Amino acid sequence: MAEIRIEDIIKPENKVYGKSKIMTDTPLHYCYGCSHGVVHKLIAEVIEEMGIQEEVAGVAPVGCSVMMYNYLDIDWMEAAHGRAPAVATGYKRVNPKKYVFTYQGDGDLAAIGTAETMHAVNRGENIVIIFINNATYGMTGGQMAPTTMVGQVTSTSPYGRNVDINGYPLRITELLAMLPGAAYVTRQSVHTPANVRKCKKALRKAFENSAKNIGTSFVEVVSTCNSGWKIDPVASNQWMEENMFPFYPLGDLKDGERDSFEQFSVQKLKKEVK
Amino acid sequence: MKGNEVIAEAAIRCGCDAYFGYPITPQSEVMETLMARMPWEETGMVVLQAESEVAAINMMYGGASAGRKVMTSSSSPGISLMSEGISYMAGAELPGVVVNVQRGGPGLGTIQPSQADYFQATKGGGHGDYHLLVLAPSSVQEMNDFVDLAFQLAFKYLNPVMILTDGVIGQMMEKVELSAYKPRWTDEEVEKLNGSWAATGKKAYRERAIKTSLELIAERQEKHNERFQAKYRKMEAEEVRYETIQCDDAEYILVAYGVSARISQKAVGLLRKEGYKVGLLRPITLYPFPKSIVHQLADRVKGFLTIEMSSGQMIEDVLLSVNGKTKVDHFGRMGGVIATPGEVVEAFKTKLIGR
Repeated sequence: MAEIRIEDIIKPENKVYGKSKIMTDTPLHYCYGCSHGVVHKLIAEVIEEMGIQEEVAGVAPVGCSVMMYNYLDIDWMEAAHGRAPAVATGYKRVNPKKYVFTYQGDGDLAAIGTAETMHAVNRGENIVIIFINNATYGMTGGQMAPTTMVGQVTSTSPYGRNVDINGYPLRITELLAMLPGAAYVTRQSVHTPANVRKCKKALRKAFENSAKNIGTSFVEVVSTCNSGWKIDPVASNQWMEENMFPFYPLGDLKDGERDSFEQFSVQKLKKEVK
Repeated sequence: MKGNEVIAEAAIRCGCDAYFGYPITPQSEVMETLMARMPWEETGMVVLQAESEVAAINMMYGGASAGRKVMTSSSSPGISLMSEGISYMAGAELPGVVVNVQRGGPGLGTIQPSQADYFQATKGGGHGDYHLLVLAPSSVQEMNDFVDLAFQLAFKYLNPVMILTDGVIGQMMEKVELSAYKPRWTDEEVEKLNGSWAATGKKAYRERAIKTSLELIAERQEKHNERFQAKYRKMEAEEVRYETIQCDDAEYILVAYGVSARISQKAVGLLRKEGYKVGLLRPITLYPFPKSIVHQLADRVKGFLTIEMSSGQMIEDVLLSVNGKTKVDHFGRMGGVIATPGEVVEAFKTKLIGR
């Protein structure tokens, strides 16, 4: 039997997978088991496959992904906490042919930045918003987020989220899907290979939509934060499936384009008043 | 034309790429004029009514990151809301023009004119160690002239520039000679002029542009701070602007900017008629403040009186520049009340002459 040498295996024709050229060589600072790295990789792959490296700008948030600009070799803006959709709006309005996306956590997008998020989508800005929902503030050490589940223990809800004190978890994605400016609103996850592939398809569609000027594309990724949740990565995936998916069900909430003027003319303005 | 309308017209004519704003009295005519003019049909300029001042300044952050000429306008409470974003723009070294048509405060205060935001404008305003370059128009003509100037300075220093005006100049109607049209920058011009720093899309021949104000390594952040400070020193060396009126033989100097300078100029005339040798120093740049001329005048005049529609804010810069060499006092009305030339004359006599 002939000896198998490593040189015979490592050949271009045998290559089935590689790191996207858009990913830099900077080691990711995320915890083991965190969903951020997977989503970063998917965005990098989509940008590479669409060949839009020179045409895209990202808006980094405040949160764990604040230094996302270290990992993807594209132009970046680092927004103030919650303001990424406004920054993306300003960028896109003066560069209508470019692609721009925001990447935001639940605190950034659904607490401090709720107004900017709602209004950017309601205006139908031709931007991509990527929303990482891990039901906690990861960077600051696991505090309660707007999306924290009822009963979930965090450092600022140490006895579990209590609706009488803390109010209810916010399903902002459902709210956004109701807005006429939204083109595509979907909820994904990246905890299994099948879900990773689905999520990538969703991201690709979101970026393609922004070139078609059909409204805002919004991709939520229900994610884990094992450090913040204080459980191991495998148990985190299970916790997410059992507790988050029933409340944050995966799938498309809207897939089309923003309402046309005719569609939206539910209330015809009366003639000018004299 | 009205001062606020002229701001809008000057923006279109100087090739501004985008205006982002939120309505607030007494400056809403800026956006109203722009919306009525529809510059997107004419020059391609974007005009967008944001959901808040917070959003407006962050839209500016995005547009400025792309190397474009972006501006906003607001009035005092709105500028407070924008101050976070202005600090981020200063930290990320982004150009842009912010117009503050001041009204009385604190809080909601009043919608009447005021000059109570001098500290906020000249000493930073938001958090961190930064300065805006601050221009103070005192006529509708200067409302026109300073928009283009503000953009030139903003891009020269990669720093936000504020036009600090007030409800009088904003609402006042005067004859004005509007500037000639300058075309907006093409994509190619933006790349040529601003490609070295702007996020115009990552090119193979350059590193990626990252428009951020974040630097977690203290020593590196200090290097940024040192670079900012060098920029402010350069502004102090090169950008000081002021006007002197009848200062050559003056024994006393009134110091006033904006509408207070107009009132004070009238008071100088009245006082000269009574035989007092009085002149007017009108700072045009409030930051950098015209320290040298105040310092020089302090060697030979008997006193300074600052006239401000506040409790006395600019007086601190005058005091620092005079450095104890001569007498300095302040007269001002607050809360939206406008001083009359007669009141200035009386204040001059009681505070500087001692009668």
